[in-house]
Amino acid sequence: MEIREKVIEIIAEQAVLEPSDVKMDHTLEDLGIDSLGLVESIFAIEEAFDISVPFNANDPSESDFDISSVSAIIDAVSKLVSEKV
Amino acid sequence: MRRVVITGAGTINALGHDVAQTFEAMREGRCGIGPLEIPDVDRLMVKIAGQVRNYDEHAHFNRQQIALYDRFTQFTLLAARQAVAQSGLEFHGELADRSGVVLGTSGGGLTTQDENYRVVYEEGKNRVHPFIVPKLMNNAATSHLSIEFNLRGPSFTVATACASSNHAMGQAFQMIRSGMAPVMLTGGSESMLVFGGVKAWEGLRVMSKDGCRPFSANRNGMVQGEGAGVFVFEDYEHARKRGATILAEVIGFAMSSDASDIVMPSKQGAGRAITGAMRDARIDKSEVGYINAHGTGTAANDKTESAAVADAFGPHADKLMMSSTKSMHGHLIGGTGAVELLACIMALKDGIIAPTINYEEPDPECALDVVPNEAREANVDVVLTNAFAFGGLNAVLALRKAP
Repeated sequence: MEIREKVIEIIAEQAVLEPSDVKMDHTLEDLGIDSLGLVESIFAIEEAFDISVPFNANDPSESDFDISSVSAIIDAVSKLVSEKV
Repeated sequence: MRRVVITGAGTINALGHDVAQTFEAMREGRCGIGPLEIPDVDRLMVKIAGQVRNYDEHAHFNRQQIALYDRFTQFTLLAARQAVAQSGLEFHGELADRSGVVLGTSGGGLTTQDENYRVVYEEGKNRVHPFIVPKLMNNAATSHLSIEFNLRGPSFTVATACASSNHAMGQAFQMIRSGMAPVMLTGGSESMLVFGGVKAWEGLRVMSKDGCRPFSANRNGMVQGEGAGVFVFEDYEHARKRGATILAEVIGFAMSSDASDIVMPSKQGAGRAITGAMRDARIDKSEVGYINAHGTGTAANDKTESAAVADAFGPHADKLMMSSTKSMHGHLIGGTGAVELLACIMALKDGIIAPTINYEEPDPECALDVVPNEAREANVDVVLTNAFAFGGLNAVLALRKAP
């Protein structure tokens, strides 16, 4: 649960919302997070969990990191954290 | 209004240490991008760049000069020496008093900054070399050209990120056209391939790890380059009277600001600079045969630039050629417009259009003739060169064959 709460906190801060307003099925677009906000969120996630997120802003859909919804991002972060040695 | 011509050109970049080598590489569609060789490269995610290779500063400068010349200044001086030698000009008396230097750079002396931050932060030293400030300042290259060639007129440095060189050359053009100066050294330089410079770009996540493929559907970002391009811009009457060889004429310039987003490009802003340059040059769009694209190889730039050109030219967009030479020399950031002006001169003077190399898959959003992979012979009279910077600052120049 800790990962989920931290990711939501990061996303909420970027969207200027309360964490309780961020729903699992929200897309970044729903939350008003643009490309710069996304890159900043990924940086914050990398710093918070000490992971490296494979993400290229030139083609987010082909990056090996699902950003299609809040729950997808949490799953992707959880996977990266579990793979961390 | 006075006419403005180019009577000298010089460069050092990933494709060569002079103009002839650069033209040859562009004709052959050779790629100057390769493994990045700098300290701590293993800590970078991006490990490729268009680096200037086989370069030994001691072969060109003595110890006292190296203490004052950052790598970006060294590149500028080497390019300027070639350009001034080609022009045949010497600056004395009134000519020296009225002629000047205007150059573009984005980062200035970044090698000096990077090395000295290491000294004070990483190594914990409390003392740096006394010349760090004059070595790293953005106007150092401009000042050293002024000193070396005795240019005592209007001189300054322009910093508009990736459009710096085009903005600089636009200023030089306007100063000669208005009669303010008879001759200007202009162009730009960049040397950002240091650990901090690449690391900063990496953070934005717009860099490719495997190559620069402008306009290709499988493009995945930009690749940094380094180097300089310097030109002698001269009042046409001044050049004609002394029988100078003219490489090309500069006929128009326009700049615009997107006034929208700090990194995302705007079709409207780019389009206004393109149409503005044609209006300033008093040409019809049907006269333009070639555009040297900004063509960074990012998803956003290439589709926005293609759309801006399609809008600005209408049906003529399908008849003109537009290539990105960044595919070969990389993105020189503040110096890029200067090296790219060489492709324009080659098109006008030699009738050879430099290709967009690494072109692998058509992208319906970039459906123009991008001169894929192989140079092409073509007789063009008028060309444009685009530069669209982060911050939404755009600058486009128009050139014509030598009169």
